[in-house]
Amino acid sequence: MIDHISKSLFASAAAYLLSTPVSAGEIWVTNEKDDTVSVISTDTLEVIHTYETGERPRGITFSKDYSRVYICASDSDAVQVMDPETGKILHDLPSGEDPEQFVLHPDDTHLYIANEDDAITTVVNVETRKVVAQIDVGVEPEGMAVSPDGKIAITTSETTNMAHWIDTATQDLFANTLVDSRPRHAEFIKDGTEMWVSSEIGGTITVFDVATQSEKAKFGFEVQGVHPDRVQPVGFEFTDGDTHAFVALGPSNHLAVVNADTYEVEDYILVGRRVWHMAFNADKSLLFTTNGVSGDVTVVDVAARKALKSIKVGRFPWGAAFRP
Amino acid sequence: MVAVSDASRPKSYSAHFAGLASLLIMGKIFNHAIKSVAAVLLCGQAVAADVALKMSYLRVVVPSPPTLSNLDPIPDDLGIAGARTGLRDNLTTGKFLGHGYTLTETEVAIGNDPMAAAQDLLASSPYLILDAPPPLLTAIADLPEAQGAILFNTSSGDLALRDTDCRANLLHSLPSDAMRTNALAQFFVTKRWSDLVMISGSYPEDQTYAEAMRRSLKKFGMKLSGEKVWAFDADMRRTASQEIPLFTQEFGDYDAMILADEVHDFGRYVLYNTWEARPVTGSEGLSAVTWSPVIEQWGAAQLQSRFKDANARDMTSQDYAAWAAVRTLGEAVTRTNSADPDVLRAYILSDQFELAGFKGRPLTYRPWNGQLRQPIAIIHPRALVAQAPLDGFLHQTNELDSLGLDRPESQCEAFQ
Repeated sequence: MIDHISKSLFASAAAYLLSTPVSAGEIWVTNEKDDTVSVISTDTLEVIHTYETGERPRGITFSKDYSRVYICASDSDAVQVMDPETGKILHDLPSGEDPEQFVLHPDDTHLYIANEDDAITTVVNVETRKVVAQIDVGVEPEGMAVSPDGKIAITTSETTNMAHWIDTATQDLFANTLVDSRPRHAEFIKDGTEMWVSSEIGGTITVFDVATQSEKAKFGFEVQGVHPDRVQPVGFEFTDGDTHAFVALGPSNHLAVVNADTYEVEDYILVGRRVWHMAFNADKSLLFTTNGVSGDVTVVDVAARKALKSIKVGRFPWGAAFRP
Repeated sequence: MVAVSDASRPKSYSAHFAGLASLLIMGKIFNHAIKSVAAVLLCGQAVAADVALKMSYLRVVVPSPPTLSNLDPIPDDLGIAGARTGLRDNLTTGKFLGHGYTLTETEVAIGNDPMAAAQDLLASSPYLILDAPPPLLTAIADLPEAQGAILFNTSSGDLALRDTDCRANLLHSLPSDAMRTNALAQFFVTKRWSDLVMISGSYPEDQTYAEAMRRSLKKFGMKLSGEKVWAFDADMRRTASQEIPLFTQEFGDYDAMILADEVHDFGRYVLYNTWEARPVTGSEGLSAVTWSPVIEQWGAAQLQSRFKDANARDMTSQDYAAWAAVRTLGEAVTRTNSADPDVLRAYILSDQFELAGFKGRPLTYRPWNGQLRQPIAIIHPRALVAQAPLDGFLHQTNELDSLGLDRPESQCEAFQ
């Protein structure tokens, strides 16, 4: 049975690889407990580089032109700037204490950083390398998002259980909205009209109408054979056109595929253990999930909604980002 | 869903709160000072908070029994340090919602009257967090002033408090002994350690732990093949290597040795000195605990560092229980927008309540006896070994109810 599945998976992986035009691309994965990043080729689905970072790397994102990669080195209390061509650390940015996750503003200049230990969001100018503002938010800020027009930044706080809405013109909070327990991740979609927040312990995703900051919908998940307490939504990403969300469900070891218009869960996909964050390849045909406990990355065929392969990376892979 | 506009709030708002918080949590406030301090706080809150929750913390000092080793002094701020961390968490959340919190601390020294102190505190607030021995917990819960109040037991694992001696106004944020012994029993089953022996100390805490362990072993289909009582009065620092092998030789062979030594008197000298080379578990060695510095998963590292930064020591189980009590009230105020004890109690005991307690699952209260459901860490001093409920221990409604007194077992009627 197992043999049969692995053969058919291999066959579909092979068919996939044969039928896809070669387009160079990389998925960068931070390994929280190895102090490294693993670079995976989206063509060969193999690790092609492993670079050293500061201590406990978590959030990772690229500059607009992909010439710089920013890495939250949480226990080094720094955001590191790496040259992705060489893997060399160019310099550190001031980040405030314990930076966990961040988002790059569409102006390509301002990083909004969640300082998990300090209940603060730090805004850093990546060119001047100076702190522009520090904003008081709730306890244990983590999820970070910025609207496509750059006017609103979001910080979610894990213990305060809120999404904090930041006006990026003044760097002041203009709204604070409650969500279920332990919010972890936030994203704007549909041209910035909707904002989604996942709540890990609450087991839900809350959808906000951005214009009014009011709750538009909230939905949960049910994985067969897994106790509801262990179905814990964390990272999520959207397919082309924001039609569907792929949601990592943590220790339930599954991804959920959610219709972004009806908010209904259409599918569950078994991946590695404690699935956390994810990134798509260039044409969004493949999705790469970080699986913290099993120390690997699962490659998912987005159209078929099937896991194709798992790739061993470092210990406790956390963040993921795509580079063409 | 609550949306609060922050645009109009003055810049000094959060600074004001931070100052208020530090004022509140500084030092110990004794009986006679309570009223004047509370008056100052009320003035402060009238400006800032739409909902203000006053909490009290009562610590009744009891003599601690002598132990063979003085290696691990009991911190002076045991428990209360956790309550202060919880207060800071509540205040940070509250400032975005117009909710204020205060915590009045009272310590009753040996020889002073704890009931009068409890009455004083209950006269000014119905939310009382208690660090006191079991008979006092029930006596305080039975005070006329305590009717309609919400009290938290953060110090005693005594099973009777959750069973025949339960009180409708007394919640338990600390796990019962039975939750911890069930956790170990599940571990023994998983490891197939079926032949077990036990050495018990003679203090009441040791005896109640030993009794809880016997019940747990029975519940999971095991029993003890040997039991001894620790009755030595020698100082084992000098003689452990000579005494313990002989003392344990009579047990013959077995799979694991359980120690019921909750006052941590002799247990530390048993490890590596037993006649048979077998694991030691229970109060020492492989133990089941509410909280420990070795817990780092599930975001726990953040709570650990927040606590350590503020208190210059590691967070203990009793600190965690006090933190959970304060956060329980905070979570209920956040979600109900109320400071009314009836509203909060109904919410806390409802299906809607959930506390994110850094244990990987939402924590909730058992509606039949007021016990906070929670996973139990199985640890040794250097690492987390497992977390109960262990895989395979299923339950028809909630796997967490495989730990401690389940609804059909509980004889508590006060919550019906």
